[in-house]
Amino acid sequence: MQPAHDLLLLLVVLTNFWVLGTTRLSATIRATALQGALLALLPVALYPGLSLHILGLAAGTFAVKAVLLPLLLSRAIREAAVRREIEPVIGFAPSLLLGAAAVALAFSIAPRLPLPELRSQLLVPVSLSTVVIGLLILTTRSKALIQVVGYLILENGIFVFGLSQVERVPFLVEVGVLLDIFVGVFIMGIVVFHINREFDSLDSARLTELRD
Amino acid sequence: MRELPLSPLLTLLLLLGLAPALPGIANRTKSALTGRRGAPVLQLYWDLAKLWRKGVVYSRTTTLLFRLAPMVLLATAVLAGSLLPLDGRAALLSFPGDLVAFAGLLALGRFLLVLAAMDTGSSFEGMGASREATIAAFAEPALFLCFTVLVLATGRLQLSAMLGAPLLAAWGPAGPSLALGAASLFVVSLAEACRVPVDDPLTHLELTMVHEVMVLDHSGPDLALILYAGAVKLALFASLLLAIVLPRSAQSPLLAVGELLLGVLAVAALIGAVEAVMARWRLNRVPQLLVAASALSGFALILLLS
Repeated sequence: MQPAHDLLLLLVVLTNFWVLGTTRLSATIRATALQGALLALLPVALYPGLSLHILGLAAGTFAVKAVLLPLLLSRAIREAAVRREIEPVIGFAPSLLLGAAAVALAFSIAPRLPLPELRSQLLVPVSLSTVVIGLLILTTRSKALIQVVGYLILENGIFVFGLSQVERVPFLVEVGVLLDIFVGVFIMGIVVFHINREFDSLDSARLTELRD
Repeated sequence: MRELPLSPLLTLLLLLGLAPALPGIANRTKSALTGRRGAPVLQLYWDLAKLWRKGVVYSRTTTLLFRLAPMVLLATAVLAGSLLPLDGRAALLSFPGDLVAFAGLLALGRFLLVLAAMDTGSSFEGMGASREATIAAFAEPALFLCFTVLVLATGRLQLSAMLGAPLLAAWGPAGPSLALGAASLFVVSLAEACRVPVDDPLTHLELTMVHEVMVLDHSGPDLALILYAGAVKLALFASLLLAIVLPRSAQSPLLAVGELLLGVLAVAALIGAVEAVMARWRLNRVPQLLVAASALSGFALILLLS
């Protein structure tokens, strides 16, 4: 059977596909919350020693990525009263195919990277594909809220990559990263709220109408 | 274990006999889960018997093609069934690359049905035919990707050599890939059997029907053949799915056959449960579902190759 961390990594990729394929904003937020929970389990599965460092990392990740950020985003949905992504720049089926292509690319590139020995062969390809899929969502969806989700997924990919080096990276850096995202999403939430109030819509294409 | 040379044939006949009960089971499960009583499980048997006794009406615009299609549809479905190792040991027919023949036979049956629908010259049926062809075009890549996953995981090119002990052995190292492939195959079978998120077999509004609208002009025994072929196709996909999820290797033939029949009924109940919790999707979202299925099995393939 596969080790637990490999299954977790595969589920992370599946949540990426879920976000790519769904039209409902609430479903994408649920998917990112699930992905956050998976990422919180990941350090525990990768480094089974139950050290304070790892447990703190898992708890912090769970609190921020699986609870706090999804709550903030659902609140933003409620206030802005948007339900679905209607017109993405690239349609849902093509973006699923692009996502699959990104995964294939990541899996073909990852073995060639000169990296020190890793706990799991899947860590690097999964992190690369998550980054690319996050970027894809960030750039091709028109609603500002789902762009925030894309940013979160992008960051989750970086987090997975960071996990491969967790023995070398001090705890403080991890905390700093978590705090950065938190502040980032917080600011984005405020911006989204203002866009909505100003234009009665979350369509970021309409930001070109900004004048001073 | 060569004492039962008839075993593949007998199993196939048993499955063919059981097939009309499957849509009944699916509908009954759906009804039970949504708080209704639903039609009897054996309803399709009675329907088939009734249709068989009736006469046939042929429109004057139709040609030989229209009369040929139902027979070809059923023949290809049964032939495809004879390629599957139903008792977990051997298939009636088996040769290297027979999984391509399996997909090809089903495609041939559908091709003739589409042609027959166009043959009537009815605009409704042409619409249904175009929808069916669209859905098939998206389902086929997913099916072939699933087959590729199976071939790569087991290293065999023959359905009867693959779906048994080699697959059982492959579940260890390639478990996630096979699970993804099975999930993708389940979506494909929903599409192939015209079940809910793709097509609603219970609807009777021409504008929303896909498969049903294609067969509006068929009547009597012809319609019975088409309905029966649909049930057989459902049974085939259910048993293929079962063979992947629960690979049967060295058991007594009796046990394997019992497991097959029970498992096929369970898959039908699962389809009914899916129907109870989902509504039919808008037509332009169906390709998205099937592309997602292809992406799943594509991901399984990448995992196997990496």
